[in-house]
Order: sequence, then C-alpha cells, then structure tokens
Amino acid sequence: MTELVFYVLAVSAVVSAVACILQRNPVSAAMWLVGAMFALAGIYVLLNAQFVGAIQVLVYAGAIMVLFLFVIMLLNLDRETTDLRRWPAFLLALGLVVGIGSALLALGGYTPHRLVAEVLGRPPWSDPGTALPAGAAAITETERRGVVGAIAGPLFRTYLVPFEVTSVLLLTAAVGAVVMAKRRL
Amino acid sequence: MLLGPSLTLSAILFTIGLAGVVVRRNAIVLFMCIELMLNAVNLTFVALSQYHGLNGQVMVFFVMTVAAAEAAVGLAIILAIFRHRQSVDLQNINLLRG
Repeated sequence: MTELVFYVLAVSAVVSAVACILQRNPVSAAMWLVGAMFALAGIYVLLNAQFVGAIQVLVYAGAIMVLFLFVIMLLNLDRETTDLRRWPAFLLALGLVVGIGSALLALGGYTPHRLVAEVLGRPPWSDPGTALPAGAAAITETERRGVVGAIAGPLFRTYLVPFEVTSVLLLTAAVGAVVMAKRRL
Repeated sequence: MLLGPSLTLSAILFTIGLAGVVVRRNAIVLFMCIELMLNAVNLTFVALSQYHGLNGQVMVFFVMTVAAAEAAVGLAIILAIFRHRQSVDLQNINLLRG
C-alpha cells in the first residue's frame, strides 16, 4: 500500500516537474511547480518525515510560491511568447541530462542493506533500519518525544549557532529585498 | 524503506530542474527550476535520514530557509531589472558580458 501511494506521488511529481519546465505561461509553470511540491510533501510523510512534509507545504508551496506568483502577476509577463532558448541550448541540456542524470540514477541502486554495508564496512548483522547508531537513536528519540520533538533536539542543541545565524540571514534578505525592489530610498 | 526509489526520484527531479535552467529564458521560471533542484536535494536528505539519524531533516530545514531568503532577494533583483529593461528575458540581460 505504501509503495503504491509512493509511486502515484512520484509519477505526479515527475509529470508536474516536466510540465513546469515546458509550460510557456509563467503562471501555469508556477502552478505545476506547486503540484510537484505537494507531491513531494506527501512523499516526505511516507518517509516518516512528517515535520518536513508540513513545512514543505507551509514554506515552499505556501510562502515561496505565493511570492513567485505575486511577482509574475506584478510584472504581467504573459505577453512574452518566445521563452525557450534556441537549439544549441537544447543540445547542451540533452548532454547535461544524459551525463549528470545517468550518474545520479546510479544512486537508485542503493538498498538499505547496501548503504549500511558501505557505511560500516561490513554487512549489517541486524535490521538495516537500526544498524547505524544514529538511525537507531533517531527511532528511540521519535518514540520518546514525537516527530517534532525529535527534530527539535538536534536543532536547538547541536545546530543552535547555525539556527541563530539563519535568523540574521532572513533579516538581511528581507532588508535587502526591500532596498533592491524600492524605487528610491 | 523505499530508499532506492526515493533516490531515483530525486535524481530525476534534479535532472529535470537542470534541463529547465539550461532551456528556459524567463528569469522567473529559471528561479523556479532552481527551487525544483533544491527540492530534489531535500528529498535525498529525507530519504537518507531514515538510516543516518535526524540531522538530515534539520539540514532540510536550513535548506528551506536559505531557499526562502534566496527567492526573496532574487525576485527583488528581477523586479529591479524589469524596471530598467521592461523584460525578464535573459537574452536581453547582458550588461555584465565582456
């Protein structure tokens, strides 16, 4: 059942992504991208990352894509018709897709068993889901504190300084966006 | 659980985003393709975090924050360019070309 839902979501994500890059109208492209992000949020939930799935919908499909749509409609871009590049770019794209795509697709051959065997340098003796110490710790932590609490632990202990730096980054980005988009200060 | 299929899907989405960056000329659609590539990387983090612990999901959180900041600044730059050139077509934006 889980696999069936995964494949339905995966196919819809790929179809939406392809439609996004081929759609001439930027508004339609943005809507297809929202569809791909919703499908990915569903996949995150299937992969036991419910918190990431929720913030994917809130931050990506909600905030970022609304920002994109807002700018597209503000600029009124519908009249630009020739949006695709000429054929040399298509050849370059084909080369990149074949080269990088085939290299990345090799990752699809990883099974949990093989992953753990390569990390530990020996085949796992137990279930590969708990064979790595960090993975086993994550499972007990999730059972003890729930999904969000288990992520809050490392976020506010190990990664506290990056977390605070992130708030400075967001403030800088907000101020910078206002400065650049304003006509005159 | 579903590690191989997730990594395959992530590879496909990243490649689609890459092709979009090369093929499209509209700067805003280019940004959307970059968001698609970031999403593909996030999927890799989440898929591997099932076996490597929850630090991968924390990293996804940071990637999303940086993507939000990048989208805000990038779209502001596009707005400023549009005001100068009345276009977001990248073929017309060649001021930095030597």
